[in-house]
Amino acid sequence: MPAPTPDLIFARGQMALSLAFHIVFAAVGVALPALMVVAEALYRRTGDEVYLELGHRWAKGTAILFAVGAVSGTVLSFELGLLWPRFMAFGGAIIGMPFSLEGFAFFTEAIFLGIYLYGWERVSARVHLLSGLAVAVSGAFSALFVVLANAWMNAPAGFRLVDGAPADVQPLAAMFSPGWAVEVGHVLLSSYLATAAAMAAVHAVFLLRSPRSRFHRAALGIAMAFVVPAALLQPISGDASARSVAIRQPTKLAALEGQFETERGAPLRVGGWPDPIAGTTRYALEIPYGLSLLAFHDPHAQVRGLDSFPPADRPDPRVVHVAFQIMIGCGSLLALVALWWVIAWLRRRHRTLPEVSRRLLAAVVVCGPLGFLAIEAGWAVTEVGRQPWVVYGVVRTADAVTPMTGLATPFALVGVVYGVLGVVVAVLLGRLFLKTGDAHVG
Amino acid sequence: MLDEPVLLGAVILGALILYMLFGGADFGGGVWQLVATGPRAARQRALIAQAIAPIWEANHVWLILVVVILFTGFPPAFAAFSTRLHAPLLALLLAIVARGAAFAFRSAAGDRARERRGWSAVFIAGSLAAPVLLGMVVAAVASGDAGTAGAPPALSWRGPWLTPFAIAIGLFALALCAFLAAVYLTVEAEGEGSRPLSDDFRRRAFYAGIICGALALLTFLLSADSAPRLHAGLSVRRWSWPLHVLTGLAAIGALIAILARRYRLARGLAAAQVALVVLGWGVSQYPYLMPPYLTLWSASAPRQTQALLLIAVGAGAVVLFPSLRLLFRVFKSTR
Repeated sequence: MPAPTPDLIFARGQMALSLAFHIVFAAVGVALPALMVVAEALYRRTGDEVYLELGHRWAKGTAILFAVGAVSGTVLSFELGLLWPRFMAFGGAIIGMPFSLEGFAFFTEAIFLGIYLYGWERVSARVHLLSGLAVAVSGAFSALFVVLANAWMNAPAGFRLVDGAPADVQPLAAMFSPGWAVEVGHVLLSSYLATAAAMAAVHAVFLLRSPRSRFHRAALGIAMAFVVPAALLQPISGDASARSVAIRQPTKLAALEGQFETERGAPLRVGGWPDPIAGTTRYALEIPYGLSLLAFHDPHAQVRGLDSFPPADRPDPRVVHVAFQIMIGCGSLLALVALWWVIAWLRRRHRTLPEVSRRLLAAVVVCGPLGFLAIEAGWAVTEVGRQPWVVYGVVRTADAVTPMTGLATPFALVGVVYGVLGVVVAVLLGRLFLKTGDAHVG
Repeated sequence: MLDEPVLLGAVILGALILYMLFGGADFGGGVWQLVATGPRAARQRALIAQAIAPIWEANHVWLILVVVILFTGFPPAFAAFSTRLHAPLLALLLAIVARGAAFAFRSAAGDRARERRGWSAVFIAGSLAAPVLLGMVVAAVASGDAGTAGAPPALSWRGPWLTPFAIAIGLFALALCAFLAAVYLTVEAEGEGSRPLSDDFRRRAFYAGIICGALALLTFLLSADSAPRLHAGLSVRRWSWPLHVLTGLAAIGALIAILARRYRLARGLAAAQVALVVLGWGVSQYPYLMPPYLTLWSASAPRQTQALLLIAVGAGAVVLFPSLRLLFRVFKSTR
């Protein structure tokens, strides 16, 4: 593999930083409005002020996070051109369509969020609730459209290559490239799971201190109503994703599994450290036939190893394999806690909330950051795992980068600004969410 | 002649006009935050924050729409534009990020006075910088300097966006934003039922309007030397002078309406004036997206992409405009 230029590294670093930052706000933008709407709907149905207080609190969180998500999303739409003009010149006409639709979905989200946040006294209860619903739905559509573009980068479709340039462009075929549904499902579930798990953890912390707080019990109940289905569905979605990757991106599969040699009946490697020079993955717990079984649903299926690809076409398995292990680990823990919650719920003695033991509450607290950790790790798997391509098998990242040099400066500027923003958001959210439930405690 | 590239070009110009009318006015709010003075300074600031809060995020999306339609419909133009204008676009982005985040952080700061003041300062700085940078970028494109410069070998903060003409356009853009904001705020203040407050913004709107006129003249004169293509576009075409007359009439009408305290009328005329200014720039560089080489046709995506994009824009508009109407009816009409 030719050594990447410093400017390519800075461009990739800036894009990675921008996406890693934005993806948190994007995920929250999909899911927190849904939590907020459920709380308001419960308030409208029961008249219980606890739900109103909760709805207000989640709405305030949404206001902060959406604003930062909106501006960091704007940065990304420009960065596509600032950093990857040759990618956009190649792909804009093919895959711009979902981005344009995302523009409209985002518009709808911003409009109805304005009505929701500032319209409590200006519109009827019904319009207010429907506005919240519109925010939640258009947030999900925004995510759908953006992930459609990413799915195309992973499995490009909708054009022919003629002398290195796209011809016969079919934007609809590109928009619904093979594997789009699997990736969209995985990302949407991860958004609900990560956001709701983080919220559940916040309220579980308070319940450990004051177990009878109605406010925090209500909050935990709503959050876990999202966590449980999302955490239990996510392994199924993950399995479908892995098989989609196995078919469409064999280098990514080999990298994320640390598979160097092509073999039949390949084992599943849990943990371990891939050594690309020695061409082997050390210290892994190997489950015989596991990989062939999972990737192709056949214990004797052949799995291509990294060694069967030219060195210039291989991603770095160290990053991809480790990130994959982190994602799987986090997802598994979340699924286990979800199961535990279901069992507690089935064995409950009262009709409303399960008898949540302190140990279960503590487990929910521990799982709080795992959803977002899994999102970041999963994003690293799919992006680093696609390297050295920006459009898999078609355009190399090194050929997509801007010809401009001196990219250290933008990288540093964006890094400093996002660093400051991250700290401020953390402080503000800490203030908002780490308040006790005021009068509702006890 | 109304083929897909022209229609999409019109959509982009229309979205830019709406960005200026709505997002621009939000930037202008920052100017009046800065110069909030006199016995009603606190009330002025509160009115501005209250006017912007529910709508600024929606208003901001016009810019995103411009970018995504540009890179889908005219990918080579987007690639050239963002390569040649990397430095000012980066600065613009940082200003937009700082301003948007600071506005949300200030709302979240509650009654912590020092924090609020700090975020206000960031909000104001971003609100002032963004339209100036936007104007400089537009000037660099319109003059043809960015189009002829070729891709710079290394990131540089100096370039065609730093000519006297470009700086004048940047200040002109800022003045237009401030003018729009002041005029809109007269209506808001009137809705609050406060004559002294609406008079504050009436004075500000009037002076801002005069400054806009002066800067319009200055940029036109500077363009003769610095941006001959734009100057020619603005002076010799068949529609050039009728357009200028119309813009001038809207401007004078807006000033008269402001003096007469006919604020709603003034709001309409001021919006018309600013829309005509942006329209004038757009049509004067027709058919170029990025003069002197990239035209609407030479930078076009394949026609099937553009046709689908037009359908998507149409479908999006069906959702967008009723939603926007609801937003503005809820927050802007009944006061």
